Amino acid sequence: MTDTQVAAKTTGAAAATPVLEVRNLSVALPKGADRPFAVEDISFTVGAREIVCVVGESGSGKSVTAFTTMGLNPKEVKPVSGEIILQGEDLLKKSDAEMRRLRGEKMAMIFQEPMTALNPVIKVGDQIREMLEIHTDLSAAEQKERVLEVMADVSLPDHVKMYDSYPHQLSGGQRQRIMIAMALALEPGLLIADEPTTALDVTTQAQILDLIKDIQRRHGSGVLFITHDFGVVAEIADRIVVMQKGKIVEQGTRDEILLKPQHPYTKMLIGSVPSMTPSHRVEIDKRSPALIAQKVNKVYGGTGLFRKSREVHANKDVNLVVHRRETLGVVGESGSGKSTLARCIVRLQDPTSGHIEVEGADIATISENAMRPHRRDIQIVFQDPYRSLNPRRTVGQSIVEGPMNFGVSEAEADSRARELMEIVGLSPDALDRFPHQFSGGQRQRICIARALAMQPKVLIADEAVSALDVSVQAQVLDLLDDVRERYDLAMLFITHDLRVAAQICDRIMVMQNGVVVEEGETAKVYADPKHEYTRSLLAAAPGRDVAFAK
Amino acid sequence: MLTYVLKRVLSTIPVMVIVAVLVFLLLRLAPGDPAAVIAGDYATAEDVERIRTQLGLNDPMLVQLWRWILQLASGDLGTAIFSKKPVMELIGQRIEPTLLLSLCTIVFAVAVAVPLGTIAAWKSGSLIDRFVMFFSVGGFSVPVFVLAYCLIYVLAMQLKILPVQGYKSPFDHGLFTFLRHMVLPVLALSVIFISLIARMTRASVMEVLEEDYVRTARAKGQSEWKILMKHAVRNAAVPIVTVIGVGIALLIGGVVVTESVFNIPGLGRLVLDAVLARDYPVIQGLILFFSFIYILINLLIDLSYTLFDPRIRY
Amino acid sequence: MTATDPQQMSVDDVLPEKQQPSTFALMMRNRSVFWGGILLLIMAAIALIWPFFTGSPTEQNVISRLKPPSADFWFGTDFLGRDIFVRVVHGGRISLVVGISVAAIATVIGLFTGLLAGYVRWLDAPVMRVMDGLMAIPAILLAIAMISISGATLTTVVIAITIPEIPRVVRLVRAVVLTVRDEPYVEAAIASGTRLPAILIRHILPNTIAPMIVQATYICGAAMLTESILGFLGAGIPPEIPSWGNIMSEGRTYFQLTPWIIFYPGVALALTVLAVNIVGDGLRDTLDPRIARKMRA
Repeated sequence: MTDTQVAAKTTGAAAATPVLEVRNLSVALPKGADRPFAVEDISFTVGAREIVCVVGESGSGKSVTAFTTMGLNPKEVKPVSGEIILQGEDLLKKSDAEMRRLRGEKMAMIFQEPMTALNPVIKVGDQIREMLEIHTDLSAAEQKERVLEVMADVSLPDHVKMYDSYPHQLSGGQRQRIMIAMALALEPGLLIADEPTTALDVTTQAQILDLIKDIQRRHGSGVLFITHDFGVVAEIADRIVVMQKGKIVEQGTRDEILLKPQHPYTKMLIGSVPSMTPSHRVEIDKRSPALIAQKVNKVYGGTGLFRKSREVHANKDVNLVVHRRETLGVVGESGSGKSTLARCIVRLQDPTSGHIEVEGADIATISENAMRPHRRDIQIVFQDPYRSLNPRRTVGQSIVEGPMNFGVSEAEADSRARELMEIVGLSPDALDRFPHQFSGGQRQRICIARALAMQPKVLIADEAVSALDVSVQAQVLDLLDDVRERYDLAMLFITHDLRVAAQICDRIMVMQNGVVVEEGETAKVYADPKHEYTRSLLAAAPGRDVAFAK
Repeated sequence: MLTYVLKRVLSTIPVMVIVAVLVFLLLRLAPGDPAAVIAGDYATAEDVERIRTQLGLNDPMLVQLWRWILQLASGDLGTAIFSKKPVMELIGQRIEPTLLLSLCTIVFAVAVAVPLGTIAAWKSGSLIDRFVMFFSVGGFSVPVFVLAYCLIYVLAMQLKILPVQGYKSPFDHGLFTFLRHMVLPVLALSVIFISLIARMTRASVMEVLEEDYVRTARAKGQSEWKILMKHAVRNAAVPIVTVIGVGIALLIGGVVVTESVFNIPGLGRLVLDAVLARDYPVIQGLILFFSFIYILINLLIDLSYTLFDPRIRY
Repeated sequence: MTATDPQQMSVDDVLPEKQQPSTFALMMRNRSVFWGGILLLIMAAIALIWPFFTGSPTEQNVISRLKPPSADFWFGTDFLGRDIFVRVVHGGRISLVVGISVAAIATVIGLFTGLLAGYVRWLDAPVMRVMDGLMAIPAILLAIAMISISGATLTTVVIAITIPEIPRVVRLVRAVVLTVRDEPYVEAAIASGTRLPAILIRHILPNTIAPMIVQATYICGAAMLTESILGFLGAGIPPEIPSWGNIMSEGRTYFQLTPWIIFYPGVALALTVLAVNIVGDGLRDTLDPRIARKMRA
């Protein structure tokens, strides 16, 4: 969809009466929360035939807004003032029974995790049918007919057979289609989608976004779309509402916000979105490889006599080289084997076969004891900052543990830790504190410091910025690039996010089903992908054509 | 499916062997000489020696163990010293009261505990919930025989509406007389079982009520009661059924005590009689018999998971 | 890429040093722990202190045999004219000793075995199969059999009650270890060359402490119950020792005549175990991690 089309559509929608109108809504948090209100005095509308994206970082109150509208907040989170008007009726004045009638009939919701949002022990068809059981007098046969109709409408393959499937038998994308079919069953005027594509792979995400757009166009419903991802926003929004700490800081049409943001917070957020255009990288000296992997294989299962059929080839003959001061990105969707590869290289898992050479030693298949001296050369930073630090030990203890394993004195390890804290942008005085006293981004900095304390030659970042809010993500990416240069590190950067990869990788490697399908300099691969899979990945990246305001 | 069942059935064999070995070792390695115990306090050294030879206790330990396993494999749990009857036969004579008592208890306990636990979870924090939780803590705190005597005192001795003790087989005395005599033992025995199942049901249903798919059902406009019935109970079933299986162990211990209090001539009494008579092979055989029953019931429970959860496949 | 300076803050700006309440304070804030603890303290205090102010629990008084409770004999007397109250007060010591020793021994053995089973992969299957086997053997029957062979002493009773409790501890510890083992912070420690013993002690063991304390409480309560059942069946501690189970066992014959001989020790036992279990529930609510909570109800 071109920008002019979007603009035209938006003006058309604004004229009609809104499906949803939120006026001066405030929702209180229970006592003891970090702030008194989850959302404070917010007002916005969703018109018929309009997709409104509410965007913000974690803790912005965007999800609370959605759940308050549906009346699904936990008891402690209460709306205290304002109005939520859905097609002329104020939802905050409704009784529980009236709300139950409106849910499903007038408004429906799609959730983030399609796996957990579906009941694992009920057939998916019956779960859609439940909607009709609750709200209509149709006979069982008519209900089933209608279910099959909506299932066909969301393009589920072989929907007659799929009616009798259980959720675990479907793919993530199919499950989300089931959720959408469920939401559509009664043709509600308002569709609320809470991060509906966040748990999905990028190609699936693109399909689901297309489906939501298509459905919205055909059924004419208004969509309230909650997301943290500006790529998705650019892909789907007619209008955008930006939230920060429970307040709306700015709202406007898609183009106004994405291209000409006014509020400093919006500017900062949009400025932090990594560009799809690979950044300029300095030429690397290709004569000094720090990490060489050859024909690395990892096979799961397959031990025992009868398990041959259940073997999973997570890595198949993977070769790679990373030079000093170079960042090699490994990009792929879930199940591509990229994380397995990282874990095999640090020997948190044992490769089935192959060679992994670090500092001239082949560490692929040596014993745990023989591996230990090599551990200092190769360090890893994980995805989840909340689980990467032992909650019972101070940050300082976590950082000095590694060096002290290798005979560094406590005093020296400590002074090294203080120095590293400064380098990662934290106060050295914070070494005595425990992880729960830090935010996610700060913890990730601490993890980087812990890895650096070992003075490694190779640093592996396994989705190290994926769990972070976009503004924090940008900082941690900068930090990683900075320490790579400062310490002459070879960096292996595992990510599913093509935008992030574009910003930090000198070269990238694309993996699919355990196999490397394409490898090359980042700029070249992005500009001229050779493999079909790489092309589909790049094409699926949301908002790839939008030049966000910098 | 069939291969899965077969595989599961076969996988219980090693556990049974382990149980047999454990029972053998624990009883044989316990300080003390079974032969001396059997012979009694006034036995001569020759008496003890004769019993030792009779039981094969003079052979090396491994030989004894091997003989014991072989004997079990042929379906022989041993022979009583005094009556000279095979343990299996003794069990056959005494199993009816124990089986009926256990079945009544399980049925009653499940029928009471599952609804109680579900309602407690649904109305968590309410008066009903607190009552259920207090009842279940209490149930874990009173020994079954104290409970039994309290029931006897109130219902049989003071109100005189039920017999104090005894067992009347339904096949000889009719169902009514049988049930009249069953009420007190079943009540006493089921309290701890009810506590166990009600607690697990409550915990399990409460956890399910936090699940995303319950939120989805609310988003559909489903009523809370239907959510409980349609979405919660079935998803909570697996841990509940599991705990029933684990509870069988508690039940077996309770049966011994209950039969003793109410003078029911079942397997529990057989155990105690054997202990009094120091009939060592009978004790050993009975322990093994109960262990195998436990293993088999838990096998059935494992297999039943597939009924509740389509994700469990073979 | 633009790093945005206003967002780059020092720790002190973002999160002030939060003073987390101590674990003990948290526990005391829980009503169950508080009231259960008080009840338990009272019962323990009676058992520990009162015996110094009473006569001997074995003192016989032929004139006052089978007397109902009165001002002289608060809980009545038994068929030898012994004061049930005095016997109950003394019996409390036995129950506490059994409960605490069983809990301590089972916890220590179970903790050690569970840590190894959970972390050392090749040990896992064999250890757990043995535990499965042990779980299958009915605890009371096994205890009766072991005691009848080895002779009834306090030690054999404690051992016989302890053995069947071990598998529960092992399973719990193993479950905790299995979830913690895959935590990224443990992997980070492995990646920085930390050896197995240090991994276990520094990173894994601390996670098992809280669920172990909870489990130890439950075991303590269960052990007191089992002890009383063994005594009642005449297979427990030697009959000359006035354990609660033994007192009640002696009351069996005359129950229809003198129900108080079973009633009062029964109430004392139930109150003590109740106190322990209530504390256990409270500790579970405050201390247990999710994984342990799933394993018990």
